[in-house]
Amino acid sequence: MIAVELSKMFRRPRTWVTIGLLNGLPVLVAVLLALTDLAPRPGEGPPFLSAVLTNGTLYPLAALAIVLPLFLPIAVALIAGDAVAGEAQAGTLRYLLARPAGRTRLLVAKLVSVFAFVLVTVLVVAAVGYLVGQVFFEVQPLGGTALSGTSLTPAQIAGRTVLSIGYVTVSMLGVAAFALFFSTLTDSPLAAMIGALAVLIASSLLFTLDAASSIAPYLPTRYWLAFVDFFRDPILWRDIVRGLALQAVYVAVLLGAAWANFATKDITS
Amino acid sequence: MTAAVIATQGLVKRYGQVRAVDGIDLDVRAGDVYGFLGANGSGKTTTVRMLLGLVLPTSGEVQLLGERMPKAARRVLPRVGALIESPAAYGHLSGRANLTLLDAAGPGGSRRTRRPRVDEVLEQVGLAGVGRRPVKAYSLGMRQRLGLAGALLRRPELLVLDEPTNGLDPQGIHEVRDLLLELHRAGTTVFLSSHLLAEVEQLCSRVGVLDRGRLVLQDDLATLTAPTGATVVETPDPQRVRAALDGRVLSTDGVRAIVRGADPAEVNAALVAAGVPVTGLALQRPSLEEVVLAAAGGSADRVDGTEGRTRR
Ligand SMILES: Nc1ncnc2c1ncn2[C@@H]1O[C@H](COP(=O)(O)OP(=O)(O)O)[C@@H](O)[C@H]1O
Ligand SMILES: [Mg+2]
Repeated sequence: MIAVELSKMFRRPRTWVTIGLLNGLPVLVAVLLALTDLAPRPGEGPPFLSAVLTNGTLYPLAALAIVLPLFLPIAVALIAGDAVAGEAQAGTLRYLLARPAGRTRLLVAKLVSVFAFVLVTVLVVAAVGYLVGQVFFEVQPLGGTALSGTSLTPAQIAGRTVLSIGYVTVSMLGVAAFALFFSTLTDSPLAAMIGALAVLIASSLLFTLDAASSIAPYLPTRYWLAFVDFFRDPILWRDIVRGLALQAVYVAVLLGAAWANFATKDITS
Repeated sequence: MTAAVIATQGLVKRYGQVRAVDGIDLDVRAGDVYGFLGANGSGKTTTVRMLLGLVLPTSGEVQLLGERMPKAARRVLPRVGALIESPAAYGHLSGRANLTLLDAAGPGGSRRTRRPRVDEVLEQVGLAGVGRRPVKAYSLGMRQRLGLAGALLRRPELLVLDEPTNGLDPQGIHEVRDLLLELHRAGTTVFLSSHLLAEVEQLCSRVGVLDRGRLVLQDDLATLTAPTGATVVETPDPQRVRAALDGRVLSTDGVRAIVRGADPAEVNAALVAAGVPVTGLALQRPSLEEVVLAAAGGSADRVDGTEGRTRR
């Protein structure tokens, strides 16, 4: 069943179109930067972007930071929101369940394929970022600039980039869990995606509001940018750990709710 | 006594205030071609979904192939082929790829035999020649055939088909009918829901009639349309029949008289003796339509808003 869902996910042209489009913005930004040499000043614009002109190996991180606020969550919400509701809308859900695929098995298979999509997407963004960084920017053989001003060796940068990729993936699993949960509630994939995005937009908005400071630590988008802390020397673990724990709680609760709903739901689509 | 293939007891499904299915006791036996007849909105699809464990009953029980549903779904459903309401497939994939994925999505379909089985059912439903064309380029009739192919993929003991001829042209309907009869001869039990009287009359050996959620009739077609105990006399002069067989004539029209008595030979002898010209003789049988209208009319005391048929 998992193999079936993975093959459905990655044989579908839409999956790769989504990933392709997602990479358009970081590539465009790289081209513009390379042509103009006008990097944002440190502390402005997306993280890492100010440093890439002098060190292209940071571009995977810049690319992730560019797509993180909007494009990446949209892509994840699109695919995860489609997982169950898309089958319901197409009418294939009733045939899968009458096959019988088993409701729990189907949900687990959907979950695995959505998580695989998240991982592949983040990896592709990082890989394209790496290539773009190599092509358009100077790659310093020794040392780069960490955010706190201390230098990191290329090996350290590589290791911490991998950690960042993992962290961003976990953040996006939270988005996927919201969209998958909504996907079991409705027969409209569009509604599921918009539901998940609405949650994220509300979260980002509340985060900027002083009046909401008491709930700020529990907002799903609160620690998204904490992967920047991997590049401090030493690594600032506090927000990273909190971010991971928060996403883990969201994922567990939402998947539990998705399962509770889907396992007993009337399939009338 | 043959084994029950589908049995339900007091099956009810309520959607809010609407009782879509209202306490039905289905009894489908091995070897039946069971016609589940009902007007649109009478609850056929809801019943089929409950049989397959897609919709959970508000109350009542379902047994499929002798086991409780939906608990035994994983054991039972691989032995059942289903077409539910309308066919559905992934539009960007070919029919063959769709069948392969569907077969791989559950238990009871051996990977080793998958290719030949897919080939065989595509052949059976008349889609062997479509090749790699994606399903989104199929006509409605082709999709219906593909849906049927999916139902036949594991050579099921029981076929549950919800309006399987929807969207087919007359030629396609004929082919499907032949296919179902052929499968039935090979031992498959068929449960077929339809709103078309003629389809059920031509195909089925047993009939259940659903009227606004209630099973108002369930019997063998042969019993339902059994002789009424009267004889139909065709004659150019029905009034002379009335004169000859005084008191036995139930009704007459321009070319016919209905005479009490289930022995046409005896009726004929009496009429010939009286010199009445007879052009035809037959036992009177009600048509399925008459039976269904009478049964469905009988429950018109319900007032739940759907267009109701009132007894004349
Ligand atoms: N998901 C649903 N929610 C509410 N009412 C429904 C739903 N599905 C069916 N119904 C109602 O149940 C009744 C039976 O519908 P259905 O089983 O589709 O009938 P049929 O297949 O015989 O046309 C109809 O009155 C319909 O409006
Ligand atoms: Mg229907």
